[in-house]
Amino acid sequence: MNLKTFSIDLKNKKRLIPQVLTLLSIILIISYFTFNAQVNMDNRGIAFGFGFLTQEASFDIGFSLIDYDGSDSYARAFLVGLLNTLLVSVIGIFFATVIGVTVGIGRLSSNYLVAKFSEVYVEVFRNIPLLLQLFFWYFAALRALPLPEEAINFNDISYLTVKGWYVPKFLWTNFSIFISSIIATIIAITFISKHAKKQREDYGKHIPSFYISAALLFVIPALSFIFGGVTLDFEIPVLEQMSATIFNFRGGVSIIPELMSLAMALSMYTATFIAENVRAGILGIGKGQKEAAASIGLTKAQILKLVVLPQALRIIIPPTTNQYLNLTKNSSLAAAIAYPDIVLVFAGTALMQTGRAIEIVSITMGTYLLISLSISSLMNWYNKRVAIKEK
Amino acid sequence: MNLILLKPSKENLQSYLVLGIGLLIIGFFDIISNTFFDFNITGYLPSLISYFSPLLLGALGLYFIRIEYSGNKTLDIINKNLNSNNFNAILSLIVIFILIKYVPSLLNWTFFDANFIGNTKEDCTGDGACWIFVKVWFNRFMYGMYPDAEQWRINLSFLVLLASIGSIFIFPLKFKNYIILFLLFIFPVIALNLISGGIFGLKWIETGAWGGLSLTFIVSAFALIFCFPIGVFLALGRRSDLPAIKYSSIGFIELWRGVPLITVLFMSAVMFPMFLPDGTYMDKLMRVIIAITLFEAAYMAEVVRGGLQALPRGQYDAAKSLGMGYWRMHLLIILPQALKLVIPGIANTFLALVKDTPLIFVVGLLELAGMIGLAKTNPKWLGMAAEGYVFAAFVFWVICFAMSRYSQNLEEKLSTER
Repeated sequence: MNLKTFSIDLKNKKRLIPQVLTLLSIILIISYFTFNAQVNMDNRGIAFGFGFLTQEASFDIGFSLIDYDGSDSYARAFLVGLLNTLLVSVIGIFFATVIGVTVGIGRLSSNYLVAKFSEVYVEVFRNIPLLLQLFFWYFAALRALPLPEEAINFNDISYLTVKGWYVPKFLWTNFSIFISSIIATIIAITFISKHAKKQREDYGKHIPSFYISAALLFVIPALSFIFGGVTLDFEIPVLEQMSATIFNFRGGVSIIPELMSLAMALSMYTATFIAENVRAGILGIGKGQKEAAASIGLTKAQILKLVVLPQALRIIIPPTTNQYLNLTKNSSLAAAIAYPDIVLVFAGTALMQTGRAIEIVSITMGTYLLISLSISSLMNWYNKRVAIKEK
Repeated sequence: MNLILLKPSKENLQSYLVLGIGLLIIGFFDIISNTFFDFNITGYLPSLISYFSPLLLGALGLYFIRIEYSGNKTLDIINKNLNSNNFNAILSLIVIFILIKYVPSLLNWTFFDANFIGNTKEDCTGDGACWIFVKVWFNRFMYGMYPDAEQWRINLSFLVLLASIGSIFIFPLKFKNYIILFLLFIFPVIALNLISGGIFGLKWIETGAWGGLSLTFIVSAFALIFCFPIGVFLALGRRSDLPAIKYSSIGFIELWRGVPLITVLFMSAVMFPMFLPDGTYMDKLMRVIIAITLFEAAYMAEVVRGGLQALPRGQYDAAKSLGMGYWRMHLLIILPQALKLVIPGIANTFLALVKDTPLIFVVGLLELAGMIGLAKTNPKWLGMAAEGYVFAAFVFWVICFAMSRYSQNLEEKLSTER
């Protein structure tokens, strides 16, 4: 759409009228709402604005990835909520992918039991509302876990209790050097795989890029430990007696039950959809493709790597990205079990305290919109890149 | 010699069959005695080996009975489906062991140790589930706080709905359109008036009292009816070649699709009243239905757009060559075909809608999941969360599974017709 076509549009009356009417009605509705909102806010004596973000939040948040206490601002509370949302989304996406791919392949297994088991899993978990699954894990399953003094013990380093899952805490020194070494590794691996591909395509030389990459993945971080002064210690949680009857764990990291149940519900629910995508992707590859690949002498592993996966991924990835997006949006159900995500912290507590409905709901929705739009534009870019170029 | 001994084949079928089945039986005996009698027959071994002993014994047993074309039909079927290689054999064993370990205790909890008789929590004496909780609260779970004496009104509305849907299939095609028109335009008005009352001497029942499973259906049915036409318009708008209409449709669709339903409901609860003139009040349920309608309309628009895109260009050209205008072309030629194509998609959208309705708890409306949340915090019925949520999950599962099967059948039927 450029200016020239628009000016042509303007000349054409039949095309002009509906467009003007649409725009006019949109403007009318928006200005009607804005006018009402202005009147309502004047009556309540509040002025529209985002100045409240710098005010002191004066409420506590039970679980936070960054330092936060009541004296911090609303903006920082928002950041805590956003990070919690992203944390549970990333955990959920990881497990949903692992379960989803396993179950999706399982449904196509020649093993009757495995195929049936996977099918039952998909049909059960796909057809129960996510909120009910979340409530089940949180209010029924995880509440049945033992008290700290009778915790389920994993080799004396990790304990599962009704109050949460206590895992060792990583104590890093010179963590930034370690991170830089990881980044360096990633850059090196990309470079080597590109170089190997070029060598293979241009000169037919084979470079074992996989083994080199695997070696680099160990060697460079190891070097950062030896020469970079990076050290890693573990703080193992220990049971302590608080009073005559109350025990609790001290030290380590506590994964709160809210986070656990949310991650479980999200990943198990979304996994069913990913499993169906994976199944559709693998079924979408014609038998002829595999037979043709076999007839030119490729091994089974080569067929999978060079023929099946590149085509199957093209079918699998777009709907799966969509599921990742759904998972991120569904993580807002956290508000139902009091996991302090962006909806609970910001659209719940902060809204209750400040009464600034319009600003806070807009910020919350805008944040989700930003996440969605950036992921979907990334997906569109990927789709364009991998699309089969037809002539 | 050694090789022949370890290689099961048709010649030594009998001996390997006995050996393999024997090993399998020992493996199963091990896991069963472990699970049900707390007795570990391989307890003298190191704990790691003892833990995996049923798996090792079973895998070895399955290896010995893996004989191709043995001539024994049952054996061949087992080998083909469960035991085609070592990996599959171990997978089969793991699945069977999981079933042995967990299914009996699950069945015990649900049925054999469960309590069905009685009216109070104290009647629940067994170890299993306390279904008395569901029995006592069943009425609330279905109708919310709707007064008992008036519940026939909800039942009647649903009977009319079911009867008219059923009559679509019974009556000849001629009446079909009238029934659909009745369902779309007249029935919602009748049902709304019947359930809320206030006319014809029916007692007025405010929407705050509506709840339970019936509210799930009310919300999803109304949202579906309203979101359908909006979705069709948005889809047409998105495919329009008029830029102002096209981009405002895209903006509207992407806005709703980009945010979670829960924030939309928050918006309807706390932000929307600010947009209305001072002093006006809009019913909470109505706001929720509007919010869900707009939200689902965006998804519906994308489904309908899929149908519009799938139609061959020739259909448009043919309609235009007959001199049809935009609306006549779409109403008579394009939409009937496009909508038929996307019936499964519409069914899936409806399925998602039904699964989303429990979220209305955030604005204080209590459908089935919300009512269970309320009931489990009742001081007389504490500790009944598992029973309540399992019951709700079962109810929703039956509804959603039936719907998804129906849409899958439609999909298959439509794909073969084309």
